[in-house]
Amino acid sequence: MGVKRLEPEALKTWVDGLIELGRVVGVQAREDRFVFDELGEAEDLRLDYDTTVLPPKKYFLPPEDAFLEFKDGSYRPLDRAEPYVLLGVHPYDMAAINQLDAIFLQGNTDTHYRALREAAAIVVTDVQNASENCFAGCMGTATVEDGFDILLTRVDDHYLLDWRTDRGEELAVPVMEAPDAEREDLLARERVWEKNRELLQQLKLEVPPETLPSILAKSWDDPIWEDKAELCFSCGSCNLVCPTCYCFDVHEDVNWDLSSGTRTRYWHACMLEPFARVAGGHNFREQKVSRYRHRYYRKGKYIADKYGMSGCVGCGRCIGSCPAKIANPVEVYNHLAEVSS
Amino acid sequence: MIQVADEHSAADDRINEHIYVPEPAVTLAVEPMAPLDTCFEFQLESGRSLGHMPGQFAQVTIQGIGEAPISIASSPDEQERFRMLVRRMGNVTGAMHALEPGDRVFMRGPFGHGFPVESDMLGKDILYVGGGCGMAPLRSAIAYTLDPRHREKYGRITILYGCKEPRERLFRGDLADLREREDIAFRETVDVGDEDWHGNTGVITTLIPGVDLDPGRTVAVVCGPPAMYRFVIAELEKKGLDDRQTFLSLERHMKCGVGKCGRCQINDLYCCQDGPVFRLADIRNHPEAI
Repeated sequence: MGVKRLEPEALKTWVDGLIELGRVVGVQAREDRFVFDELGEAEDLRLDYDTTVLPPKKYFLPPEDAFLEFKDGSYRPLDRAEPYVLLGVHPYDMAAINQLDAIFLQGNTDTHYRALREAAAIVVTDVQNASENCFAGCMGTATVEDGFDILLTRVDDHYLLDWRTDRGEELAVPVMEAPDAEREDLLARERVWEKNRELLQQLKLEVPPETLPSILAKSWDDPIWEDKAELCFSCGSCNLVCPTCYCFDVHEDVNWDLSSGTRTRYWHACMLEPFARVAGGHNFREQKVSRYRHRYYRKGKYIADKYGMSGCVGCGRCIGSCPAKIANPVEVYNHLAEVSS
Repeated sequence: MIQVADEHSAADDRINEHIYVPEPAVTLAVEPMAPLDTCFEFQLESGRSLGHMPGQFAQVTIQGIGEAPISIASSPDEQERFRMLVRRMGNVTGAMHALEPGDRVFMRGPFGHGFPVESDMLGKDILYVGGGCGMAPLRSAIAYTLDPRHREKYGRITILYGCKEPRERLFRGDLADLREREDIAFRETVDVGDEDWHGNTGVITTLIPGVDLDPGRTVAVVCGPPAMYRFVIAELEKKGLDDRQTFLSLERHMKCGVGKCGRCQINDLYCCQDGPVFRLADIRNHPEAI
């Protein structure tokens, strides 16, 4: 563990050095939005982004992902992944990755997820500009303590580079000549964290997230579910942009030789009509209201009860992505908190 | 022609660790039972026993088509051979209906929690209630509890079975045997009879009032189509059974079987791992369950 103080130019040099060594994925601008994509040069990296269209989960659970291959009459795992650096993950997205780790690595270990996850060296960057829908500060995810290899924080006009793992230290070797962060720098960084816990409350959840399970326990018949679901297009956009949504469908794809192929998982979404349909056509969540309500219980109660952490990290992407403007967890949870108190 | 499995190696250990890799099995027998239902007998090519308990399921793969969760219809006492009753409903089950003896399929499992044959059912009278192809998982438990090696562990056994019409009756050889047995009570009905049908007609719930049972020492074990449960539970309550004595096998599309894909959620429960067999008391407060 150690913390170096880097001027912006030194940071650029470091990133370009990483790119020379191997694959780097980083946050870049695409018109007026931001995305995670292959980084060609440090110049393109935008650590001042507000939020990305899709969360970095797409690298651990790709939208379309072959996880088995079959040929010669047997199935084999496709669990190989080349190491790379994932640069510029915001703390709330890191919290979401930590949650996916708990779900996919505990109990029955998903070795395919593990391979993709272990391939990534993660560089978290503290937020510089909040997106208008962000409420991570209410969910305890404006800052993050673990799961990553390096933490980059902009403090005034320079950066602090803080490595937390052996892998992070290896990546930090080229900046070992840079000055160590002084006590004053570390205090300034704490002020950044303190400021971010406020800044990332663009929307304000009026109750602590720990109370959501007990609030939801009393809210099954609340009229808000019908009121909102009535407007729902069942498009699944809220699921697709969610950093903690991970449900999937599985297809078998056959090659032209008709004897080999792959088994592939695809993102599925609990807001889509066929999600809970079974053979014979019975649909266990046929009504929009049952799908809409399920999503909020899943995020606010079921995951929390099972894993001890909120299923929502407060990134606010669902709010911005919903064409019907009904996917605002803060609005829903605040309403339920008010009527159940 | 059965292909021999690859030689063992370190890579195989890695494969075995992989929760999604299915292992090859061979089709031993194919027995059509109803217009849409065929019973298959399989054996893992490795020769090892599947190791299931009654009420568990396995994921069956038809290579190139995909995978589907199918309950196991035979008793674990049959050792390495096991049976599955498959209703032709989709891609995988459709392809299964083209299987012939000797054909290779692939299996993962067994998965989930089955019927409590070695816990809550011990020492109790048992009331089985099966509807349609819900008889498939029940058959595993029925065979287990009626097996001479286990029979004395249970009290009176009553079996109720209902189908839509006579031609949909499954496991007819078993049904004839059950009818002959003197140590159990067996009642059957069809929703709509035909000219050859001389038995009961009416839905399965019409059989329950006539059952002679002691609610203090009876465990009910139920499996059928989704619409059946509410009505059966209401009749069982009239008989005085409480929620802790009733066990239900529920259906969901369990894509992965290992609690990852999220498809089989019943509120906060996973049908594939917490179920598919649930104690009614444990799902009474789960509005999505039944």
